[in-house]
Amino acid sequence: MDKATRTITGAEAVIKSLLEEGVDTVFGYPGGAIMPVYDAIYDYQNQINHILSRHEQGLIHAAQGYARVTGKAGVCFATSGPGATNLITGLTDAMMDSTPLVCITGQVASPLLGTDAFQEADVIGLTMPVTKWNYQVTNASEIPEAIAKAFHIASSGRPGPVVLDIAKDAQFQEIDFQYEKCTKVRSYVPSHNVEPESVEEAAKLINSAKKPYVLFGQGVILSGAEQELKEFVEKTGIPAAWTLLGLSALPTDHPLNVGMLGMHGNYGPNVKTNECDLLIAVGMRFDDRVTGDLSNYAKQAKVIHIEIDPAEINKIVPADVALLGDAKKVLTKLTAKVEANSHEEWLAEFRACDKVEFEKVIEKDLYPTKEKLTMGEAIRMAAEATNNDAVLVTDVGQQQMMASRYFKFSQSRSCVTSGGLGTMGFGIPAAMGAKIGQPDRHVVCIVGDGGFQMTMQELGCIAQYNIGVKIIILNNNFLGMVRQWQQLFFDRRYSFTELQNPNFVKLSEAFGIPAKRVAERDNLQGAIEEMIAHEGPYLLEVMVEKEDNVFPMVPTGASVSNILLEP
Amino acid sequence: MAQEFIISAYTENHIGLLNRITIIFTRRKVNIESLTVSESAIKGVSKFTIVVKLSEEKVKKIVQQIEKLVEVLKAFYHTNDEMIYQEVALYKVPTEELTKSNQIEKLVRQHSARILEITKDYTVIEKTGHKEETQVLFEDLNQFGVLQFIRSGRIAITRSPIEKLSVFLKQRDAELESLD
Ligand SMILES: Cc1ncc(C[n+]2csc(CCOP(=O)(O)OP(=O)(O)O)c2C)c(N)n1
Repeated sequence: MDKATRTITGAEAVIKSLLEEGVDTVFGYPGGAIMPVYDAIYDYQNQINHILSRHEQGLIHAAQGYARVTGKAGVCFATSGPGATNLITGLTDAMMDSTPLVCITGQVASPLLGTDAFQEADVIGLTMPVTKWNYQVTNASEIPEAIAKAFHIASSGRPGPVVLDIAKDAQFQEIDFQYEKCTKVRSYVPSHNVEPESVEEAAKLINSAKKPYVLFGQGVILSGAEQELKEFVEKTGIPAAWTLLGLSALPTDHPLNVGMLGMHGNYGPNVKTNECDLLIAVGMRFDDRVTGDLSNYAKQAKVIHIEIDPAEINKIVPADVALLGDAKKVLTKLTAKVEANSHEEWLAEFRACDKVEFEKVIEKDLYPTKEKLTMGEAIRMAAEATNNDAVLVTDVGQQQMMASRYFKFSQSRSCVTSGGLGTMGFGIPAAMGAKIGQPDRHVVCIVGDGGFQMTMQELGCIAQYNIGVKIIILNNNFLGMVRQWQQLFFDRRYSFTELQNPNFVKLSEAFGIPAKRVAERDNLQGAIEEMIAHEGPYLLEVMVEKEDNVFPMVPTGASVSNILLEP
Repeated sequence: MAQEFIISAYTENHIGLLNRITIIFTRRKVNIESLTVSESAIKGVSKFTIVVKLSEEKVKKIVQQIEKLVEVLKAFYHTNDEMIYQEVALYKVPTEELTKSNQIEKLVRQHSARILEITKDYTVIEKTGHKEETQVLFEDLNQFGVLQFIRSGRIAITRSPIEKLSVFLKQRDAELESLD
């Protein structure tokens, strides 16, 4: 650690503190109240890569994409007032999806606080409900400590977004810079030591269960417990299903990976929830999109809940045994205590469901015989063209569900999607951040024609930094997911869901990004392969069937047992 | 199902924390019946006492959310029976009424209230007690025309043995050190 001191401005202290935290990338957008910080970073461009987005929503989603694929906190800069308010959607999204972010916003000079000064917004008040922690800095001497605390809080325990709002006068003030990392905040207990008695109890339940069933979520990825999860299920022979955010924690082709939970998840994983005798939930929070009707959810089963956040225990589904702690540590201890086992017959029940689902749904999606292209086949080809080893980034809607159902994964931290908040417009900027975080991997962004138009200005950013993302717009000329609900639950009254779209190919080309449109099956695979082979960013517009639906589906309020395979 | 609960929280004395705590209630459309915040026995540590009417299940979840806040040291909840609690009420009555008869003085004695200040125009009476008790005195005094009435939020202390904040803070320190 650099203990030597010299006088520097608060703004420079911000940059130096970020360097102390090992930050190499910042996503930002300048403005009056953060100009001193921008002036400071000008001299550090060889050490910090600053990405200038086209809108603050874009930069924060990019930081989320970066954080999700790297496991490091994403760092954002924005100015006061509108710059900060434009971050709100991303903060809320990151809060819901436990994504570590450190966002630094400029604020009006401290004597002006509360005077309705130009571009003053109550950023602390506005972001309080959507941050894990926030803090306003009005004195430069607070900067190193505040940043150290911000990184500790954002990244430890159940991660989340943090906002530091730094008054402009504090950015100008001179201080003696000294940095010390934060490892402890007395009012904050990030994790818990695993209780041996609870492990014993859980092991007993697992050893005697006839139909045990693992549900895993992003907690596995956040704690780096992928290997531990694999060892646990392999030793016990327990089938394992994933939540949307748990996707890629276990390779798609693992024999015990039985598929996706939730509203548009797989058939077996949903119905078997109500047939198992033991649910082992690992790092997941029983979102209502996963549980459907709670009064008919796994009532027959005992529940073991492995979770780092005490507030999640018994929040939705009561746990018979709660294992509070980091998933990696809990699973290691649990695996040591459980007996080796196999559940072939039980697993075969899942496989029987797969067969039904394949015949009724999957085959038509992936290998269609009808004339119009399906989302499923394009997604399948994109996965194949990248050897099932790409990072998938999705937007929100039908294409998101299709992509999570049909894309395949061989390594963890490979799926970036907006789960808890379901934020349209997330895909394009999150893909930018993911590619910057994983420059050597293919990053495929699947986006709908609606969501694309929410943040498409980031094509400017992608072009400026030549960020090699491969964008596939699955164009159905509709706000597809909403149209699907209108068709199924509102008598096909397509109220404001049809879109008149621009020429996406020309639009992309105008930004300097090569693009192509395909509408015929014969050209699809070639076009996808061409896109993947292309060095640098590329946009492919795939014209798909306008009124296709995503199935299976657990209608809102229905039980997971009553999942529909067709309308 | 809904009943009165007393939520207590020890927190860092930081700006904005009151807001962070209250939005947990607002978001769930839960009304706060009374709220008291003040420094505890230890410098820099605040104590929140919040009274709500809720089912126990809901209270439990709210307390979990409060405790989850980064700057909250510890949060818990109790039923009224489990705590000794008080509120303070102040009443302003016309001094003229006090001197006219001994009625007000009798009420003050009966209710174990006390007189804080007497001026030519008004007299200020103070009573500590439960809300029902301070309310009864209000109604009794109001026959003579209460000019002003104010009641504080609740403060409460557990019946359970001792609540040693300093011991808790030491344990917390050890807990954080022991996290492997
Ligand atoms: C910011 C935002 N606004 C509205 C919605 C509601 N919504 C969910 S899916 C959807 C339709 C998405 O359409 P499109 O992007 O074309 O994708 P598709 O469903 O057709 O794949 C809408 C409007 C949302 N999730 N996010």
